[in-house]
Amino acid sequence: MNNRHIYSLSVILTVLSLALFFYKAHVLGFPVAPQEQTQIWTVEAAVSFTPGPAAMKATLRIPGLTPGYSLMDENFVSRGFGLTTRSAPAGREAVWAVREASGPQTVYYRALVYKDPQRQVEDTTPPFPEFPELDEPSKIALEGLIADVRRQSADVASFTTELLRRISQGETDPYIRLFLNRTDTPADRAHLATIFLAGAQIPARIAHGVLLRDRAGAVQPEVLLEVHDGVEWLYFNPVTLQQGLPEDFLIWWRGDEKLAEIEGGSTLGVTLAVQQSLLDSILIAERRAEQRGSHSAEFSLFSLPIATQAVYSVLLMIPIGALVIMILRNFVGIKTFGTFMPVLVALAFRETRLLWGVTLFAVIVSLGLLIRFYLEKLRLLLVPRLTCVLTVVVLLMAGISVFSHRLGLQPGLSIALFPMVIISMTIERMSIVWEERGAAEAIQEGVGSLVVAAIAYLVMEIAWLEHIIFVFPELLFLVIAATLLVGRYTGYRLLELRRFKALMPREGEA
Amino acid sequence: MLRRYRGLAAEGVLGLNKRNGDYILKFNPRHLYPLVDDKLRTKHLALRAGIAVPELYGVMETQRDIRRLPEIVKDHPEFALKPAHGSAGDGIVVIAGRSAGRYRTISGALLDEEFLSHHLSNAINGQFSLGGVPDVVIVEYMVRFSALFERISFQGVPDVRVIVFRGYPIMAMVRLPTRSSNGKANLHQGAVGAGIDLASGVTLDGVIGTQVVTQHPDTTHSIAGLQINDWNTILDISARCYELTGLGYIGVDIVLDRDLGPLVLELNARPGLAIQIANRQGLLRRLHICEQRADFNAPAAQRIEFAKREFQHPVGPIIDTAAVEVAVA
Repeated sequence: MNNRHIYSLSVILTVLSLALFFYKAHVLGFPVAPQEQTQIWTVEAAVSFTPGPAAMKATLRIPGLTPGYSLMDENFVSRGFGLTTRSAPAGREAVWAVREASGPQTVYYRALVYKDPQRQVEDTTPPFPEFPELDEPSKIALEGLIADVRRQSADVASFTTELLRRISQGETDPYIRLFLNRTDTPADRAHLATIFLAGAQIPARIAHGVLLRDRAGAVQPEVLLEVHDGVEWLYFNPVTLQQGLPEDFLIWWRGDEKLAEIEGGSTLGVTLAVQQSLLDSILIAERRAEQRGSHSAEFSLFSLPIATQAVYSVLLMIPIGALVIMILRNFVGIKTFGTFMPVLVALAFRETRLLWGVTLFAVIVSLGLLIRFYLEKLRLLLVPRLTCVLTVVVLLMAGISVFSHRLGLQPGLSIALFPMVIISMTIERMSIVWEERGAAEAIQEGVGSLVVAAIAYLVMEIAWLEHIIFVFPELLFLVIAATLLVGRYTGYRLLELRRFKALMPREGEA
Repeated sequence: MLRRYRGLAAEGVLGLNKRNGDYILKFNPRHLYPLVDDKLRTKHLALRAGIAVPELYGVMETQRDIRRLPEIVKDHPEFALKPAHGSAGDGIVVIAGRSAGRYRTISGALLDEEFLSHHLSNAINGQFSLGGVPDVVIVEYMVRFSALFERISFQGVPDVRVIVFRGYPIMAMVRLPTRSSNGKANLHQGAVGAGIDLASGVTLDGVIGTQVVTQHPDTTHSIAGLQINDWNTILDISARCYELTGLGYIGVDIVLDRDLGPLVLELNARPGLAIQIANRQGLLRRLHICEQRADFNAPAAQRIEFAKREFQHPVGPIIDTAAVEVAVA
């Protein structure tokens, strides 16, 4: 094993780990920060109608191509109705059918959508539209208008804007006046624009949608004009003339058709409602991974039962604690009882909190040591003595819990999570060091262990770190890479610089 | 801090990480460790190679054997008890005599039979061994150390530690027990470590911890300038310990017995780094000299010549050993 082998191995691990991390974080959108939530909207269409005497059919346009948004889930509430969904020129349609029904009926369509900047229109380029069929005067007016507008514009976008501006001026424009015969709603204006654009051989259509606002309640569908410039669809607000798709605009359906239609029934009414809510980003990321056919979510820790997830969120932090200890031992040179004893103590600190943890640990170890010194006098054999110390430690823990509960000190109860076997072994080893090498060394090593445990605890307690390791366990490859590198670190430890002070070249001599 | 790091590197000081990573892991194959971790095996190996060791009186392997102790030491008023796998001198009891049915340790404490049995039972159970594995206790000859060190040690047995790299002795020191080390020749318990010039076998100033001392703290006698007896024998024994075990980086612990001369006490596959402070010289520099220039197939005599030539120390005036012996007597 030469060093180059180790370096390349750690580079490979680092690259692998970071690549997976960035894929999950940026492509699948797994949240990097803890408790990150993503806005989602519940959009609902309630279709109410009165069925006629015979079979009836109600059609509702439902969201299909929704640039900027992704559909997370959708469901239909319609008891007793046969339901089919299908693709249609307007997007998608849901058709409810029933042979007979009595009294007013309401069926619901409900969808969960979330913002997804990566989702763009997956629409094909449309063919050139046919010239609208018009009577002669209208045709002349249309050609005049197109020639006029073309003169004042440079491209499809400015052409459309100019056209919409003229339409909004309505009566004052000599050409437009000819066409404005009905009430002037935004939908009418957009429809009119599509006729003019068709005359100019520019594909255009109307997009109906709703604005996703943060307040809940009923919303009215609004209209945008979609114009294809040969490369992509452009969006125009027919009233304000603003170009571009507003961020909070969810396109529901397209074309001149109505939102809902009914055959064999009457008094059709459709209400749209939007409600915003927050959902854990992880759920959305998983959903997205599923849609993309990525297996990273299926095989992630989130597929485990919640209780197991909780265990792993702690277990995955152990390597981080061990990493801290590795650094403190190999770079700094702090001595501890047992290599990884401090990690286990640090795990216990998670429940007790630091101050209580250190206090309880110190109390238990000191009491245990007292007992151990007494047992020394009884001259027990090793294994029975260890068993005895362990039993005493357990009793001490129980005693402290009961006692602190009586005093109303809650943290005392969490002492039950201390690793008692480890503590017993620590007591045993500490007492041997105490006898063989003196109290100073024993206390020094004991305090060293405690300090290391506290530092490991503080690092393992960083909520962000815990979250990121749980969501991206592949980052532990970085820990492995670090251990490979530290494993070949042959430089001095920090405390050795002090230890070998006497060996420094003397001033003036060198 | 960086300046100090560079300073130490320039002096060729060996750090723990480097010792472990570049020397112990590289030159001490794991399967050879039992040869030195088990003092009993080391003793048998040494005997076979004709290297002098303290005479073995007996071995206690089970709890039942503890009762055989009086029988084992029947003809030996003085003896030492050592856990075969003990490290850093842990668990060693040296009995210097008996009075009124009790054992008297070298430091003068009286131990009754029961206390001693308990201690031995702990040792057999593995209290002093690495990882707590069951152990055996060796009963052996108590070294009566040479008068040479009498003036500069407090009770206990001073010993000589030689670091041997692939058969080349590269550094040596003498470890002198003090009152605060409880008569143990253990540096991190407070014993004095004094470097030895490899070429001549003359002691240098000592250190306690990281502090340089010129006099023994208990006897106040000067530490430096003592010519160690049988120095060539010590170097020869140390160098040959390489062939004994095959371990490339070891510490050889040798005691000087008044009557028997140098005896190998034990070998250590993970020798400490304090010897550098005692010699005020980095080990790494000497290791590099060896790695660059030494012929690792050379016989022991040639290796010692090389070590004496390359690792000569600037030393102070030499005290006349005859005068010392007279003074002690």
